[in-house]
Formats: sequence, C-alpha cells, structure tokens
Amino acid sequence: MSFPGLLTLTVFLPALGALAILVAIRGDRVVRGFAFLVGLADLLLSAVVFLSFDRAAGAARFQFVDRITWISSETLNASYFLGVDGLSAPMVLLTGLLGFCAIIASWSIRERVREYFIWLLLLQTAVMGVFTSLDFLLFFLFWELELLPMYMLIANWGTGRKTYSAMKFLIFTILGSAFMLVAIVAVAVSPPAGSFDMTLLLEPGTMLTGASAALPLSLLFWLFFAAFAVKLPTWPVHTWLPDAHTDAPTAASVMLAGVMLKMGGYGLLRVNVGMFPGEVTAFAWLLILLGVISVLYGAVVTVRQTDLKRLIAYSSVSHMGLVLVGIGSVGAAAGQLTGAGLNGAAMQLFTHGTITGLLFVGVGLIYDKAHTRYIPDLGGLAGRMPVAAAALAIAGFASLGLPGLSGFVSEILVFFGAFRAFPVMTILSVLGIILAAGYILWMLERSLFGPQRERFADLSDASLLEAIPLVLLVASIVLVGVYPAFLTEVFDTAITRMVDVINADAAGLAGVR
Amino acid sequence: MSLHDLYLISPQLSMAALAVLVVLADLVTARKGLVSALALVGLAAPLAFTLVQLYGLPGGILGSGPENLVPATGILHDSLAVDRFSVFFNLLVVPVLALVFLASISYVLELPRLRGEFYGLMLLSASGMMLLASATELITIYVALELTTLPLVAIAAFLPDAKSSEAGMKFLLIGAISSALTLYGMALLYGFSGSTTLEGIALALGGSPTPDVPYLPFGSYAVLVGIAVLTVGIAFKLSAIPSQMWVPDVYEGAPIPMVAFLSVASKAVAFALLLRFLYTGLLPFYGDWGTLLAILAAITMTVGNLAALAQSNIRRLLGYSTIAHAGYLLVGVAAVAQFGGFGDWASLESLSAPSGASDSAVLMLHSVREGNADVGGGLYTTFGPSSVLFYLVAYAAANLTAFFAILAVHSRIGSDLIEDYGGVFRRFPFLAIALGVALIALIGVPPTGIFVGKIYLFLAAVKSELAWLAIVGAINSVISAYYYVRIIRVMFLAPESESVAAVGLGGIQSRAARVSPFTLIALALTLAATVLLGILFGPVVQAAEGAVSALPGILIQ
Repeated sequence: MSFPGLLTLTVFLPALGALAILVAIRGDRVVRGFAFLVGLADLLLSAVVFLSFDRAAGAARFQFVDRITWISSETLNASYFLGVDGLSAPMVLLTGLLGFCAIIASWSIRERVREYFIWLLLLQTAVMGVFTSLDFLLFFLFWELELLPMYMLIANWGTGRKTYSAMKFLIFTILGSAFMLVAIVAVAVSPPAGSFDMTLLLEPGTMLTGASAALPLSLLFWLFFAAFAVKLPTWPVHTWLPDAHTDAPTAASVMLAGVMLKMGGYGLLRVNVGMFPGEVTAFAWLLILLGVISVLYGAVVTVRQTDLKRLIAYSSVSHMGLVLVGIGSVGAAAGQLTGAGLNGAAMQLFTHGTITGLLFVGVGLIYDKAHTRYIPDLGGLAGRMPVAAAALAIAGFASLGLPGLSGFVSEILVFFGAFRAFPVMTILSVLGIILAAGYILWMLERSLFGPQRERFADLSDASLLEAIPLVLLVASIVLVGVYPAFLTEVFDTAITRMVDVINADAAGLAGVR
Repeated sequence: MSLHDLYLISPQLSMAALAVLVVLADLVTARKGLVSALALVGLAAPLAFTLVQLYGLPGGILGSGPENLVPATGILHDSLAVDRFSVFFNLLVVPVLALVFLASISYVLELPRLRGEFYGLMLLSASGMMLLASATELITIYVALELTTLPLVAIAAFLPDAKSSEAGMKFLLIGAISSALTLYGMALLYGFSGSTTLEGIALALGGSPTPDVPYLPFGSYAVLVGIAVLTVGIAFKLSAIPSQMWVPDVYEGAPIPMVAFLSVASKAVAFALLLRFLYTGLLPFYGDWGTLLAILAAITMTVGNLAALAQSNIRRLLGYSTIAHAGYLLVGVAAVAQFGGFGDWASLESLSAPSGASDSAVLMLHSVREGNADVGGGLYTTFGPSSVLFYLVAYAAANLTAFFAILAVHSRIGSDLIEDYGGVFRRFPFLAIALGVALIALIGVPPTGIFVGKIYLFLAAVKSELAWLAIVGAINSVISAYYYVRIIRVMFLAPESESVAAVGLGGIQSRAARVSPFTLIALALTLAATVLLGILFGPVVQAAEGAVSALPGILIQ
C-alpha cells in the first residue's frame, strides 16, 4: 500500500481536463487554450517521472508505485497498481510529448471543438494507463479504454472513408484483445502467483510454470502475441493501419503512430519477453521471421504509395517490424544473450514514435495549407514553407537511419543484437533500410523540392505555435541521436533484468537436459 | 404455518398485497398520479421486509466465509428457502421494479386504458419472481414460474396495435409449451426420486455408482430425458436456445417498461432457479450438466449475436442481444469444477469423504447444510455462481439504461428504427450519451460493470477447464461490438433523420412536449450504476460470494 500519487496524476490529468471541458468550459478558443495547458502540464509531469527515475544499479525495479487494493475477496483479487520501470518510464515521456504535440496539431480543427478535445485527452489517459499499469485487470481496462476515443476521432473528424476505417480499426483491435482477455484470465487463475499482479509474473520465483498454468504456456504466449501483433502491427494483421492513418485527422495519426502502436511493442517486451522467457526463446525464429516479412513487405509497399499519409503508414509497418527483429535476438545461443537487440527494440519504440510523430505533424501542416496529400500534385514547398520542410526533412533522414539522428541508434542496436542469433534474417531486414532510403528521399524530393508551383505561391509557413511540436520533436530526435545514453541507461535497467531471466531460464533448461 | 413463517415470506406477501392495493386504489380514485405514487412508494414495504431478513442473517450484509454459511431456512414443509441467496435476488428485483416504475410514470399516464392493472400485474409478476428465488420444491417452483410469466403475458398484449397482440400471443403460446415441458420434466424427476424437494431429489439420485455399471449421463435414461425436457422449459425463461424464438417479437411489440423489467428481472430469477436447481437437486451430476450447459452457452451466444447483426429495429436488436447475454451468463453456470462426469466419482470421494463413507455427494450436501465446512478442498468453486450473480447485476444496470433511453427517445420520435436515430446526439445529447454508454457496456468495454462481469465469468470458465468456452465468449464479444457500435455511429455521426427533425415541429410529438423528468432521473441512476459497477465492484462481488455460499453445493475453501 503506497500512494505518492505522481503517476496517478500523470495518467489521469488529461482525463480530468476532459471532464472539465465536458462540464465547465465553453467556447472554442478557451477549450483549445485549456487543452494546451493540460497537455503542457502532463508533458512536464511525464518529464519529471522520466528524469527523476532512479537509474542506479541497486534501485527498485518499479518506482513511483501507486497501489491500493481494488478488490480482495474469495474469488477476485485485483489492485489499482501503477508504477514505472526502465521500460515504461521512457514510454510515459513519449506519451506526454506526443500528446502535447497532438493537441497543438489539432489547432485547425473547427468542427465540434469541445467534443474533439474531450476524446483526444481521454485517449492520452488511456495510453498512459497502459504503459504504467502493473495489474493485468487495470492494464486491460486501459487497453480497451483507448478504443472508443480513437474510433470517434477517426469517424468524426477524419477524411475519406472514415467510418469504414474507424470500424476496421475497432474490430481488429477488439479481436486482438479478445485473445488477450482469455490469456489474462488464464494467467490470473494459474498458480503460483494466481493473481492479476504483473510484477509477480516478471520475477523468476513466482513466474508461470508449464506445470501449473491453466493453459499451455505456448498457447498463452500466442494469445498475448495476437493482441500485441495487431497493435504493433505486424504482417499479416497490419491491414487496418493504412486505412486508419489515411483517414484519421492529423492529431489522431500522431497519437496512433506515435504512441498507440507502441502499446503493441511495449506489450511484447513486457509480457511476451518478460513473462515467457522459455517460449520467447523457443519461438524467436518465428518472431524474427514475421519481423523480417513486415520490414520487407512494408518497405516494398511503401515505395508504391502516392498519398503522403499512406506512405508514412506503410513505412510504420516496416519500421515496427524492426521491433520484432530486435526481439528475435533472444534466439541467441543459450546463455549468450546480451541486451543489444532488446534495447534496440525498446529504443525503436521511442525513436519511431518521435520520428513518425514529426512526419505526421509535418504532413498535417502541408495538408492544412496545400489541401492535398497527393505527392504528384505537390512540389517546391521548401521555398514556401522552409521551417515545416526542414522539420519534415530531418524526420525523413532520421527515419532512413542517418547517423547522428535517433533512428540510426535504435536500428544499429537491433541489427547488432539480432545478427548474433539469426545472421541471414538480419541481413534481409537491412534491405528494408535500403528501401527506406529510397522511398523517403523520393518522397522528400517530390513533395518539398523541385520547381515551385504557381498555386502554392501564397502558402504560409508554420506559425510560431505550429512550430512548437516541430522544435520539440526535432530536439528529441537529435538529442537521442547524439546522446543515446539519455534513453539507453534507463531502458537498460529493465532490459538487463529480462536478459538475466532469459539466460537463467536457458541455463535451467540446459541443466535439466 | 406459524407467525415466523409469515415473517419469512413477508417480502413476497407484501408485494402481492401491494398489487391488490394498487388495483383497488385505481378503482376508487380519479387522480391519475396517485396510483403511480402508491405503486412506487409501496415498494418500500417488500424492500424493508427483505432488509430485515438480511439483518437477521448471521454475518451482516456483506458476510461470507464459513461462519456465515447460512443453511436454507426450511419453511412451509421445505418448499421455500430464505437465505442470503434469495435475499440477494429480492434486493435485485425490488429496486429494478422501482426504477422501471419511476421511468414509466408518463408512459403509463399515456396508456389508453388499464393503468392500475399495469402496475398490479407488474407487482404480481415481481412477487412471483421473489418466490422463484426462494423456491426449493418442484411444485412451488412451477407455481412461481407461472406467477412470474402470466402477468407479463397480459401486459405484452396491452397496447391496441397488431404488434402488441402478436407479442402477447407468441409469449403465451411458447410460454404454455415450455411450461408443459417443465411439468413433464418435473414429473419424470419426481417419478425417479420419489421426492419433490430439491434436496430429496439429490439424496435419491446421488447414490454412489457401482464400478461395473457403464457410465450413463445423469444415471439413467429417464432422468436424462427429464433433465433435457426441463432444460428446454427453463430456457424459455432464460431466453436461451432452444426456447428463444419469442424474444425478438415480444421485445419489439410489448410495452417498453415491461420489456425492460422482463429482460432484467425475469432473466435474473430464472438464473437463480437454475443455480439452485443444479447446485442442490442435481449436485451429483455436476459433470454432466456442466458439459450440457457449456455447449448450450456457446450456441446461445453465437446465435444471438449473429442474428442481432441483421436487425434494423433497436428493440429487436436488444432482443437478440439479450439472448447473447443469456449465453454469456450460462458460461458461469457451466463453470463448475469438472472431473469428467460420473465416471470420475472416485476422485470426488477421495477429496470429500472423511470417514470412508460411500455416499460422498450426499454426505457433502449434508455436511455443508450443517455448517461443517471442513469436508474437502473446494471441489465446487464459488467462482461460477458468484460470477453469474455479479453479471446479472451489471447487466441489469446496463440493460435498464438502454431501455430507459429507448423509452425516452421513443416518446419523442415515435420510432424504434435504428436509422431514425440519426442526429439523436445533437438533439438529445444526454439520451445519446446514456444509450451510448449502455451499448459500450453491453459490448463489455470498460469502465463498466459488464466489463468486470465478463472477466469474472471467463475467470470462472478457465478455472473450470472451460478455456474454449472463454475463447468462444471473447470472440462473440467482438461480433457484438459491430452491431452495438453501429447504433452509436448512427446516433453520433449520421445526419439528422426525418423523425428527429420533426421533433418540436408539432408532428407526432405534440402529445409529449418533453421527456419526462422521472424517466431522466431513472436513466441517470442506472447510468451511474453502470459505470460505478465497473470501478467500485468490490461490495457487489462480495455480496454475490456471500449469496452463493448459501447454495448447498458450494464448498468454502
């Protein structure tokens, strides 16, 4: 029982803001300003969480723990249990950062402004909650809570086939979480832990064992994987993503690509890697295979896209495939696992979040002003919108892995880690990066450079307000690019524990054999 | 029959007395509101009697655990039990009826005729429901079943239109068939056990098998047929396969308040009957009925959800949705710890027989009855039954919210077609939000009570080695999301429909200028309950655990 309250405040501040807008705040301009302040406050809170996270070797794994018994009865035991470790602390920072950027990117929304910001702020609470929950019931609650706001944002304020895309997103996600629900329920009734407490399942002594689990461990592993794979998304369950992204409003795309896909990656690392050391090792070849297919398939399809948002959406499929490739590094020889691949996978979550967020914010600016996302219609924008173009270019370079920017760090870590386990697969996935250079440069060249066009003559550049997210995201991309330890030293506190568990598990198996 | 017996059935008696009083009051007074007020305020009597009984039970309100294991208080020759279980259902039925009355005040005032009779019949049906939750003997069960159903049949045919007549007729005919089947099943059970009390049936049927007799479900063909026929009869009340055909027609044609009451309270006490029947009378055959109900659950929820996909009338859609929810609830009933049926009797015996007694099931029944809980290691978990009870409460809150919102919208736009709900959000934001939350709840999305209820049901299923059923249930939730979200989409996103646009223009709505404030109060209460049950579910879970601890088949671990 402890309750410092910092995390609770960080998680629920946006929801409180949404409530305030619902009951008290009127007028489009006031609502916007209020949402801005809430987003800023939450960004500062999440920065406090990240910066004051104790990285020392002997520090507790989970910090800022808020825990109250929710129900303790004969049949049900659950607690309201929030906390962050090295894996989730950067995710909290990412959510705060992108949530704030998404609010600013929503400035041009003119229809039903109050309703819009209510959904957007609720979404931020749900995602924050997923990253900080340490109780499976709470985790699943937040996981499902994010559905409706995102559905409403796409279906109400989107473009094109918005209701179709929103429903597709909803059905895919619910289908995934149906599998997860069964897995969570089975985990909760399985001794030795026999509760919803996630921290117990991460510790070697109280972890699930094949003998006591209500369902076979490998089945549980894949049930969880199904939910996270849809969210990540990995081939072949990625088809909702391009539709949802293309038709979503800018801010929803930022949140979708920036943090919601990361829920999938986070879940894979937290649950599939953290709680099933034996299964993740045994199935590493399949995970990396799916990862490589996603990387290559996503990249090849991206090359063919002519809509800016669709292009970034497919590139996300490709880049999130690298998370699976990084996780595939656990297939290294028994006991020889190092943290490089998993660190890379975790890093990739953060860096892809900021890079794609920046890409979507930039594209949103272009679309707001030029009223088209069709690449052949664009061109020569750099002369008219130098700030937006520069930000988009930096995001593009980071996305294709230019050294000195954040994308390079995570990708190189993924490749180093995975190469020790599956050299051929790793080399194949590097091909995806080469394709990325192709489509990113082609996209930048066609849309930003080239001859200036008549009809874009009176385009204005990003305003001071619109430049805030661009500056914040560029700063974080450069910071992580030149000083990766900013993230890795935090990630590493959690990753080393996972690696130890996996190596110990492998050693235990070897001892039995 | 002593004075003490009267005290024990005082909730049921006061409910029936109130029914008579309301009809008489309607005859003597010309003031319209007075009857409604009397019906509503009068519900305080059965509620008070129930609360007195609750305080009389050892362990207080939220008590559970062995020291509070209240044996069924046998009254009227063991035909009724007053225990934590019956009290739980009384405390569900009475508030539900009060909310329905509150929400339907202006609806009843606008009925062309028979206003007092509406209240009287609803109250009579409620007294039948409370009787059903207590009944432990076949004839009493049958009487209670009829008392529950027949008044509602009359109300179904209340409205002077063809759909209402069709609803009443279907309800009556299918009800008659299933009640005949119920009787036939009971006759067979009596014939083979020589007893009409549930406990007597358990004692007669639960003899230990001899190893050389081949395994047979339920011990003999006659009992098997009896159970099968009885199941079809009770499925009518559960709105489960194979007796679900009446549901969509009645939901579409009958008066909305009665449908709200039917879908929540009648279903709840039907599950109470089922649990009491299975955990007392058929305890020895837990493996057989566990399997039977698991299959029934899977079919029921799938049929309900698939049929709901194609509906264009929101009340028909909720009719199919209630079938689907009966399927989810059956998951919890089926979730009894399974040991592979009769064949594995030995494993049961080794767990529970302290003195080498051969008749272990009966022994268990009795030791638990006498409050001796140290007979074994939790063979029957409280999980399944208590998850059913919790889900019933959560479902009551969500479904009442949905029906009250539909009632309010119906009073304004005069239509139940989903396409006519376009633009409801902009015209009636509170109604749209309430209905939206109710539909979200019915999918099982947090933060709502049904979300917790569904997890609870699936926990029980997995614990009873029915993981496949949990998977079927989870996939069914996905299917249901499609049709529930479709309504939300129409309400929030679709352009204004003609019916909504006509509101306030002096069209069909001239009769009701605005939604009745009483309906809005009832709606606000159920909406709050729907959400709060998803956050502060602890007390209800504990109350449910306490209630099922009164069932003889539940061993406290």
